[in-house]
Amino acid sequence: MKLNSSYAGTLESGDILIEISPSEAPGLTINLQSTVALQFGRQIKKVIEDTLSEMGVKDAVVDATDKGALDCTIRARVTAAAVRATGKDVWAD
Amino acid sequence: MERLRRTMMFVPGNNPAMMQDAYIYKPDSIMLDLEDSVSMAEKDAARLLVHNALKTIDYGNTEMVVRINPLSTPYGKKDIEAVIKAGVHVIRMPKTETAEEVVEVEREIERVEKELGCLGRTQIMAAIEGALGVVNAYAIATASKRMMGIALGAEDYCANMKTQRSKEGEELRLARETIVVAARAAGIAALDTVYSNLNDMETFRKEVEYIKTIGFDGKSIINPRQIEIVNEVFAPTQKDIDKALTIIAAIKEAEKKGSGVISVNGKMVDRPVVIRAERTIELAKASGILKEEDLK
Repeated sequence: MKLNSSYAGTLESGDILIEISPSEAPGLTINLQSTVALQFGRQIKKVIEDTLSEMGVKDAVVDATDKGALDCTIRARVTAAAVRATGKDVWAD
Repeated sequence: MERLRRTMMFVPGNNPAMMQDAYIYKPDSIMLDLEDSVSMAEKDAARLLVHNALKTIDYGNTEMVVRINPLSTPYGKKDIEAVIKAGVHVIRMPKTETAEEVVEVEREIERVEKELGCLGRTQIMAAIEGALGVVNAYAIATASKRMMGIALGAEDYCANMKTQRSKEGEELRLARETIVVAARAAGIAALDTVYSNLNDMETFRKEVEYIKTIGFDGKSIINPRQIEIVNEVFAPTQKDIDKALTIIAAIKEAEKKGSGVISVNGKMVDRPVVIRAERTIELAKASGILKEEDLK
């Protein structure tokens, strides 16, 4: 799937900024910055991976800056960034 | 029993922190906004945020409303699909001017509900925000069986009327009266507009007292600080509660005896009196004045 660089989210408390860019290497590379990375890092990465997998994005570099977002917010921001990067919406036109 | 709608709290649809905290303040309804509080560039992201929040966050018994973008924009149709797929209770239409607009939204809701196999689940409310909407208030209120309520949106209404909002609210008098009468005639809820000056709680309280007097069910609010005042104004007095309890007790007694017509303190109790008594008790319970055990 062709990917452009894109992002979604903010750096406000309770949110997460997701930046997606094309990867030359196969697979997902997730760089996570989070104040709660020690406790929740694995879970945050899992939500990012699962969401991208559902959207068919296999190869990408994801930079995530987390400000204490809930899983549902992470899912929403990753989906929005992926929709913008691929140009493929999840809703009917 | 009719649902209480004293407070409908507006929450911007692109602010996750506010969306997850809104429930804590216990408004009767929460309205997640995809329209005016979201910039054009963020419509797609806000829609996804609202969809995922509705699907995941437990809002308890709070009525969940989403204000969508009009169908005349590129966003409206996608908003409807996203929020119905997340199980929203009510879709709020902005700037509604005609009954036909309600019918169009209903058609779109039906299409999505059919696909999901949940036909008839989603209710509609319409915000009336201009002169034409006020003129068509009853037609809008009765345009669909899904109509839950109509609300006044005063900022756009005032701009359309070439006036501005005042402390006294005289400029809104006709719109408020028309909307509340149309809602009552249609048997649906009437909700008043927001009051945005958070530094003037005195005027806010007066406005709430006024809209309660003329028959509104509740008020749209923009800040949790406004909830307590609305609930205080809408709370029934002890005298009202005692009277309501006497009526309900008399009705129960009459039902036991199998008699149709009853009187309390020499006055006949008919259907409207009972409905009013039931509403008083619901309000008293919601205000914390009456507990469930007091009713046994």
